[in-house]
This record gives sequence, C-alpha cells and structure tokens, in this order.
Amino acid sequence: MRRTVRFLLNDREFSLEGFDPTLTLLDWLRNERRLVGTKEGCAEGDCGACTVLIGRLRNRELRYEAINACIRFVATLDACHIVTVEHLKKASGGLHPVQQAMVELHGSQCGFCTPGIVMSLTALWLGAAQAPSRERIEEALAGNLCRCTGYGPIISALDRAYEIEASSADSLNVGRAEVARKLAGLADREVIEISEGGRRLFAPATADQFAELTAAHPDATLVAGATDVGLWITKMLMRPATVIALGRIGELDRIEDKGDHLVIGALVSVSDARAALGGLDPQIDELIRRFGSEQVRNAGTIGGNVANGSPIGDSPPVLIALGASVILRRGSERRTVPLEQFFIAYKKQDRQPGDFVEALIVPKPRPGTLFHVSKISKRFDEDISAVCAAFRLERDEAGLTTNAVLAFGGMAATPKRAAAAEAALAGRAFDAQAAEAAALALASDFKPLDDWRASARYRSTVAANLIRRFQAETATGSVHRVAGILRSDAHA
Amino acid sequence: MHKPVFAANRDQVTGGVYQSTRHDSGHKHVAGEALYIDDMPEPAGLLHAALGLSHCAHGLIKEIDLSAVKDSPGVELVLTAADIPGVNDISPSNHHDDPVFAEGKVMFWGQPIFAVIARTRNEARLAAAKARITYEELPAVLDIAAARKNGQDFVAEPMSLNRGDLDAAMAAAPRRIKRSMNLGGQEHFYLESHIALAVPGEDGDVTVYSSTQHPSEIQHAVAHVLGVPSNAITCEIRRMGGGFGGKETQGNIFAAIAALAARRTGQAVKLRPDRDDDMVATGKRHDFVIDYEVGFDDEGHILAVDILFAARCGFSADLSGPVTDRALFHADNAYFYPAVRLNAQPWRTHTVSNTAFRGFGGPQGVVGAERLIEEVAYATGKDPLEIRKLNFYGGPGRDLTPYHQTVEADLSAEIIAKLEESSDYQARRAEIRAENLRENARGGPFRRGIALTPVKFGISFTNSWQNQAGALVNVYTDGSVSVNHGGTEMGQGLYIKVAQVVAQAFQIDLDMVKITPTTTAKVPNTSPTAASSGTDLNGMAALNACNNIKERMIAYAVEKHGVPADQVEFLPGRVRVGNREIEWPDFVKEVYSNRIQLSSSGFYRTPDIHWDRKAGRGRAFYYYSYGAAASEVTIDTLTGEYRVERVDILHDVGSSLNPAIDIGQIEGGFVQGMGWLTTEELWWDDKGRLRTHAPSTYKIPVASDRPRIFNIELLNKPNHMPSIHRSKAVGEPPLVLPISVLHALSDAVASIGDYKIFPDLDAPATPERVLFAVEAMRARVRERNGSHG
Repeated sequence: MRRTVRFLLNDREFSLEGFDPTLTLLDWLRNERRLVGTKEGCAEGDCGACTVLIGRLRNRELRYEAINACIRFVATLDACHIVTVEHLKKASGGLHPVQQAMVELHGSQCGFCTPGIVMSLTALWLGAAQAPSRERIEEALAGNLCRCTGYGPIISALDRAYEIEASSADSLNVGRAEVARKLAGLADREVIEISEGGRRLFAPATADQFAELTAAHPDATLVAGATDVGLWITKMLMRPATVIALGRIGELDRIEDKGDHLVIGALVSVSDARAALGGLDPQIDELIRRFGSEQVRNAGTIGGNVANGSPIGDSPPVLIALGASVILRRGSERRTVPLEQFFIAYKKQDRQPGDFVEALIVPKPRPGTLFHVSKISKRFDEDISAVCAAFRLERDEAGLTTNAVLAFGGMAATPKRAAAAEAALAGRAFDAQAAEAAALALASDFKPLDDWRASARYRSTVAANLIRRFQAETATGSVHRVAGILRSDAHA
Repeated sequence: MHKPVFAANRDQVTGGVYQSTRHDSGHKHVAGEALYIDDMPEPAGLLHAALGLSHCAHGLIKEIDLSAVKDSPGVELVLTAADIPGVNDISPSNHHDDPVFAEGKVMFWGQPIFAVIARTRNEARLAAAKARITYEELPAVLDIAAARKNGQDFVAEPMSLNRGDLDAAMAAAPRRIKRSMNLGGQEHFYLESHIALAVPGEDGDVTVYSSTQHPSEIQHAVAHVLGVPSNAITCEIRRMGGGFGGKETQGNIFAAIAALAARRTGQAVKLRPDRDDDMVATGKRHDFVIDYEVGFDDEGHILAVDILFAARCGFSADLSGPVTDRALFHADNAYFYPAVRLNAQPWRTHTVSNTAFRGFGGPQGVVGAERLIEEVAYATGKDPLEIRKLNFYGGPGRDLTPYHQTVEADLSAEIIAKLEESSDYQARRAEIRAENLRENARGGPFRRGIALTPVKFGISFTNSWQNQAGALVNVYTDGSVSVNHGGTEMGQGLYIKVAQVVAQAFQIDLDMVKITPTTTAKVPNTSPTAASSGTDLNGMAALNACNNIKERMIAYAVEKHGVPADQVEFLPGRVRVGNREIEWPDFVKEVYSNRIQLSSSGFYRTPDIHWDRKAGRGRAFYYYSYGAAASEVTIDTLTGEYRVERVDILHDVGSSLNPAIDIGQIEGGFVQGMGWLTTEELWWDDKGRLRTHAPSTYKIPVASDRPRIFNIELLNKPNHMPSIHRSKAVGEPPLVLPISVLHALSDAVASIGDYKIFPDLDAPATPERVLFAVEAMRARVRERNGSHG
C-alpha cells in the first residue's frame, strides 16, 4: 500500500499524501499551486476553459492528451505528467508557436477561454507533424466554448503555428526523454490509498487488486475517467466515502482483436476505442467523433459509458446493435451478459454490489450486413442525444430480412431495442413498405419523454424517420447526412 | 539608463488609429497571464461566499432553518435580509423591486435568500446546500401567455410609438396579414461567470473588484446596501471574461453580498457563483411574443404596421423598460412605414429578471421588422430581398422613423447592392430554388435556403443622460503616458482602441501608452459600457483629455519659444516648435520643468441628441450603423438538422479604428446571434425551474457550427457625423446579421411548398422547430393537393 500520489506538474515532481480523495485537478492547480492560467468556466467538463495536457506512458511511449481538469481527481493522476498553460512558454520567455499564432491572428477577445483553447490546439500540434484539416481542428475544439470570436481566427491559428517554427523547439518536446524516464520511475504495482477525514480513494495497479478491492468495498464508487462521477462532486456536491479508481490498471486498457469480435477492456478510453470500433463502419466512427468532446473522449471510457446505465449514453445503442455483451467480474468470478439485458431500468443495471465491468465483447458485423447509426441532438457537436439510433439488418439470399436489430437511446428509460418495429421488418424484403410498417410500429415500442433536449413528438417523429432513412440509404447505397464527415458532396 | 523609443518609425506612429493592432492583452491571454478577478493574488484570510437559492418560483417563505448551514464545517457567517444595514434593494432603475435577499416572499426559482461565508469555497457551497426552507406556494406565472391570461402587471411603463393615422391606413391597405411569432431569449454565457472580491478598508470603506460593465452602478448599489456614501466604496475592474450585457446590472448582487460580508467579518470575501447558480440566478435576453399586422399593396409596398412586442421580463424591472423601448426603436429596421403603431408590453413573470444582452431589445425589434418583410414577400410571391429594397428609407417623405427622427446618410441601399453582387445572391438563389424543386420531385431529404437581410442600428443610449464619459490621461516626466476612462474591457477591444486614440493624439507609439484598470476612484460617475458606445464615448473623452494637455503644451511653447500656435506640431516621437524638432521625452521634461500640468481629465457628451419618451419623439440616436448578411443553409427534412453553408457580410463601422478588432466583433457577434436564433434554447419546467442551466444543456455554437464559408468585409466609409476619428460603433449591430440564417432556414422550409406557403418558423429554430415547420408545410401541401391525401 502506498499513501502518496506521485506525478510531474510542468517541470516539478510532486508526491502528495493525505488530501481530499475527490479533490479536482483544477481546484488543486488554482487554489494550492496558484497556477491560475487554467480557468473554471463550468465545472462540468463542457466548456474546456480548464483544459490541460496529461502525458502518460503507453507502451513506453509518452503521449499527451487534452483533458478537463475540472472533473478529474488529482488522486487518479499517479505517474502522469500534468502540463498547464504556464509550461508552454519557452525558457527564453518567448511564446510557444501555438500561442504566438493565436496572438498574431487575433484569436482571443475576452481571453478567458483562451488558455484552454491553446492547450487543445497544442495537443493537436504535438500529435500531428503537419497542419490538420479544418474538420480535425473543429473536432479537437468541440469541447472548447468561445463566446467572443466565432472561432475563425482560432481555427486559422493552428495553420499559422505550423509556419512559425519546427516542433523541436517546444518545451514539451525538449524534455521528452527525461519526462518519460521520470514517469517510468514513478510507476509501480502498489495499491495507492489516499484518505482524508474518513473518506478514501484506492487506485489499484492490477485487475486482481481491483477485484479484491471492489469485493471488499461493494458500495464503493468506481471511477475510470471521472467524466460522469466528476460532476457528482462538482455539481451534486456528493462526497462518496470510498472511491476505487481504475486508471492505473494497464491490463484493462487493452483492445484485443479476436477475428470475428473485439474485446474492449473497461479502461479503454473512448478515444482509443474509436480506432477499433470506428473501423467497423464509418458511421460508428462519426458517432464516436461526436461523443462528448475530445477532452471527454480522452478521459472517459466505453466501459464507464455502459456501466453508468444512462438512457442517453452514446455508445449503448450501437453496441446493442452490434450484439455486444458485457463481462462482469466479482472477485475471481466472471459472467457474460448480453448488453441489451444489462440495462434493467432507469440507471439500474444488472450489476450487483462488488460486480464491475471488466470488458465488452463486440462482434464484428458479417459481410453484407446493413448498418445505420444516427445521433440527433440540438447541436451537432458536444451535445447529448435527443435520439441515438443504431440499426443492424441481415438478409438471406432472397433478400428477406432474417435478423433486424433496431436499438435506440433517448426513447425510453434505458437504451432499448424496438421489438415491434423489428418484428415489422422480419421475414420480408427491406423495401419502403417494410420501413414504413416499422416506422409506424415504433409507436407501440416507445413512449418517450418531453424534456429540454426534445419533445416526445420530436423524438418519435425522428426515430420513425431514421428507419425510413435507413431504408432509403440501403436503396441508394449512400449515406445521407447534412453535416459532419459523412455528409456526401452530392448536395454541397 | 534605458531610453525608451517613442516612435520607432519617424513617419507614422505604431499603433495609432486605423491600424489592425493586436488586442492589448493577447499575449497575456494565450500565456494564462491575464489576471481575471479569481486569478488575483488572494488577500490573507480570504473568506468565500456561496448563495442559498429559492426552490420555489412564487411563494411565501414560511420558515428558514439555517442551523445546519451554520454548523457546517468552515462556516463563519450566514447572511440574510435582516443583516443588511442599508436598503435591501439593488434595482438599477429606481424601481425598488430588486432585493439582495428575498424577504418574506420569493419571486422566482433561484432567487437568493441567504449567503453563507466559509473558509473555503467548497465549504461554503456544501453548507449552502444544507438549508431547510419551506414555502407556501403561490400561483406562478411563468411566461408571456400566462401573464396575459392572468392579467399580470407590467414591470415598467410601456412605451408607444405612433406616426400617421394607423387605423385609417390599415383599413385602406389593399392587403393585410395578421399573425404572431415567438422569439426565444438567450443566456449570455460569458465564459467567466460573475465574481466579486470585496476588501475592507479603514473607516468602513470597501474596495470591490467586480466583473462588471458598470463600475459606478456597483459603487452605488454597494453603498446603498451598506448604508454608506458612495465615496466609501471603490469599484475596480481590469477585464472581464466576457460580458455581453450580462454584467451591466447583474453584478450588483454579488458585489453587494461580498461587500456586506467583508464589512461584517473585517476580512476580504470572494463570491464566485458556480456556473449553474450564475445561470439560474441572473437575467437573460428577453423572450418575446410579437403580434403583428401589416398592410401592404400588391407590389409589396408596406403601408401600415401595427406591432405589439410582449416581453417576459421576470420578477422585477431591472432594465426591461429601456430594453422593450429599444425593441420598438428597431421595429422599423431599415424600412419606412408610412403609418405605424408600435407598443410594448413588459410583462412581470415569476422567472429570473431579464436584463441587457448585446442589442438590448433591438435585435428582437429587427426580427419583427424582418418577419413583416417575409410575410409580404410570400403574400406577393416575390423575393424577400425585393420587398426589402422596395421599403427602404428614401429621402424626403420617406425618411421619418416611427420615433420621428429623420434618417440621414442611409447606407442600406448601397450595402445591400454591394453585398448582393459580391455574394452572387441572385445566381445562387436561382440555382438553389431549381435544385430544391428537383429534390421535391425526387423526394430527396435535403433542401437549401438563402436569405439576405440588412441591419440599421441606432447608436446612443436612449436614456439620453447616459451619453457621457470621462477619462484621465497622465503624461509622466519620462514621456510615458497612462490612460484611464470609465469604459470597461470585456474582450471587445475598447482599451486598445482608446489607447490607439491616445497614441495618435500625442504621436507616440502605442507601447508607450499604459492601459490601466477601470476604477471609480479615478474616473467617477461613468455610464455602463453598453449600447455599443464604449469607444465613441470614452475615445472622445480620452481625446479631450489629451487635447487639454496638448493645448497647455502648445500655449507653453508659444509663450516660451515665441512661435505662433500653428507652428507647434506633434510629429511621431517628437514635437516641432518653429524650426526646431524636440524629442518627445525632452519636450515633456521641459514642459514639466516650467510647471505645466501634465495630467488632465477629459469629458465628452454626445451632441445633438434629445428624446421625449412620453411624446415618442426626438433624435434618439446620434447616427446609425449599417450592415447586411447573406446566408445559405442546408436542412435535413427528416430530422430538422441543418448546416450553415456560407455567409457573406458587408458591415459599416465608419472609418475603422482597428479593422482586426472590428472584424472580430462582427464575426463573434454574428456567431453569437446565430446561436440565439438556432440552437440556444432556454427551457423552464412547469415549476418554473430553469433546466438548461449549464453548457451540458444549453448549447451555444461550437467551432463546427461556424459557417463553412465565411466572408466578412468592412464598408470603410467615414461616419457622416463627427464621431471619434469618424469611426462607428460595432458591438451590437452584427448580432442582428444572423437573422439571415433564420430566414435562410425559412426559405429552405418553404421550398417544400414550392415557395407558395408562408413557412412560419419561430426562433430559436432548433432542429425540432425546423422539422415541425417542414412537417406543417407537408401537411399544408397535402391539404392543398387534396387528391394526394
């Protein structure tokens, strides 16, 4: 047992013990380190003013990712390199190319969102040798709200940054090997326990340690990226007595390709899962691109998105459509539950105290399978679904439907299949009449809610239209989207 | 000793007016070194405050049990209305209806009832959540429809504008349309939420650092609440992380509570509400129901206009009087109405008190005007742009506004003509319509739309007395200069523009001009930085101060060197006195040594304006700013989703003091206005609780919402009025430009009915509203083609 969390902050090493186990990184930076360049705009991971970089060793390679400091717990940052905006300036006092470009192109007005935007752009700049496309920049900025500029000069600034000087001069690249060496030195296999005032956080290093801890503390709050649990602390003012963090468990942070299916560990971030899941279909890739924001995808996990059982999570409908199951582990026992059966009622899952989601099994669609994924939200990027739909349809040689899975989020208290609509498609050709029958049958599958995201009528209308769209796309052999990377140029 | 360079370039100063100088804080913003109030070094012993908010929209407070709050760890003090030594009112408009803490009765869900002061902010927040307050609920009137039904009162005296015999003109009009539209409100979503830091001083004095657009208002409100004279209170603000009108009056409550707590504890107190509390407890842009009747002829000439602007004002007056006034002032937009009647209804509701927001009711007025144009266009089967051109103001007989001001130097026609050409509007419109009709035939899912809308925006506070400003300019003996004025910096570039004016005046480089935080101790009795007037007023006041100093310098040179005044010339980095050129710092030293004052205040009041609100007559505005935008969208008729494909803007900022800053204002204002009219939706539940109270639920535009193609040009034509270096105001007018996006969405919806049916699209045009407009259009088409049933 280790009672300290050890990490690098900019150019200093820290070893902290005995502090609030759910202390957020943002509060620590601002209140205790007085590093006030990192701002609080919303304290819920939506505005990006608190964006910092987290460097971690992955397969011995040091990788930096942007995350929201406002909903990340300091206690979960063992063996990480935390980089704040104060670290970007060169030793000479000169601005980093990204900073310089932002100044030159008038990329700041009130300036409050600016440090966060600089960090998001810097993450992109570090990870790409050449200026990324406008779409990629917009994707990376989806989690950075700016109320002043209209974003134009910010998007242009990244192009300009690449003209300013080679990346070798930047402070993060200069000390890279040294940082990697230090981080490697900090990693160990001890369970970390951080406690204060009777509350504690455990950060085990192995899955077995984790299983032991969850069995011993069945009421503990389990946390991976804290993109949901972080809000319990900052918004609901909850103060859980025991938290167990998965963040150090490398063996859960793996994706295995088993030929006809993928096994995705519970700690795989949404960003990392994108490559594997997105490779199954461009529509899945687009869905994941629109999952939260880059900062949220870098911290949040597919496992967590499933485990928290939200009716509006973005991943469950598509995972259900793919026929995914979840591996639940308690102690050394494991059981596999089809995902659609895992969601029992609103925020209630087939997960007993002591159970944890260890991995997801995701079958790959067979060749010839028809597939459709749509996320409908008020705003295209960084929004929560009004309706999320994922459809999979298999047909026999005669073209008759043998298996139809129509999975929806936002339509009921859980992510759910549309049984009546599926039945309407079964055993017949997938033509406009069949789609119409399924669209009409939806009315008996769902009685959605009115809320601030959408009215029940809108949800019902759109859900039905998406089935019509699926059929039209099948008939035309093209994907119909008004925005995003799937948008065809036919109407551009 | 290091000798500063006052003009690196001897031909022209660096950073004078008309130059695209970078924002003065740009290099600090990007480095995280620009200090906002929460970033300032904290005084020792600093305490933190959190608010206790009501959980009832309208009710009598039966019991307040704060024992658990007081017992919570770290708590030092709990404050309620009973603790206020002065008056429990911070109304910015003398209506005495805006308590700091609710007393006896709550008027909206989220109204502050108490504050808790603790050692840390987290302790204060945790403690505040432990209050037990019970209410006797009263019927809550939440929106305009309910207010009308319940016969609620108005929060302020409504304005009425009348010209011509409206009833006769309407009756005589060959055609008439009467309808209504809903127009949503808007949350400011400044990235920096409200904050106040109060530091107690001697003799009961308090210095308040407040994120405010109106330091003098903070000073007065705090003084009233504490029961002390204004000279005991100092308010200072270096910069805000955005304001947009949301910090014109809404900072009062935070400043007052922090100051009260500082006085009570003798320690510095900071109050920074959580984003959710900020969004729930502070006012927003007013939502409106616009009831209109328009009379017109077959060509599309507007003959008579009758509009009623009903606004949801919330529980108190705040600025709702002048906001609803301004809706009427802009209900003509760029158009001449031969006979007109405009009325406002500022309804009291049991919701948060709505307030200033960039445009201040003006944008809502323009939405009304453009709605009439759209109606007449569909009724006559013409391009809305044609109707616009038919109805522009135009010389004698067609140049009187509904408030009887003569429109001079109207740029609408010129701007529209240029933009129509540069945006290739006509060809694109024809192509879009042809493609849409093909899509109708083919049954494809997408439709495109295009619209070109103008804006004419009146510049001046309509409270005429507010059109004044002060400044203080100091020239130090080494030649460096500092400037202070009553305007506040919220990102709009006011500080840099005023500094450019000062650099230009003295002919020294901009980096020799120090910009200093706005404080009531240096420049008193200031107007809010609002109404787009910041540069117009403060730039002139600063120039006046510079000119005072220059006049003294010239008088000195005339007397000492025996040259005529016209032979004393300020050149870059030097002063020419007769045949001699003296370096600026040497000249300054010489003037100082001869006991000439090198510091001056400056003052400016806008000339020529007068306004009689009761009569509805006067010259309310010093001049108008103009602009126009052409927007193109694509909609998805199966989901209502859309994308803004292209926007072209031509905007009038007079002779631009700083083109880069001005373009930034236009671009940002456009995107902000686009958010208002598209994805930004405020949603209250039936208990009166705002459910879109954070960015997770309230959706402002993100990077990918920016139009795919976005062209912005400045007209760059000198202001016909003698404004500061002939520039024009830029803050608010661009927010009105994205009405073109709303109308482009309408245009796309209309294609479903072959452009023969009015699309009747309300705002915000969320994907849901667009889809339902499409569905309604399809239903009308089915009705029309009965056979297809």
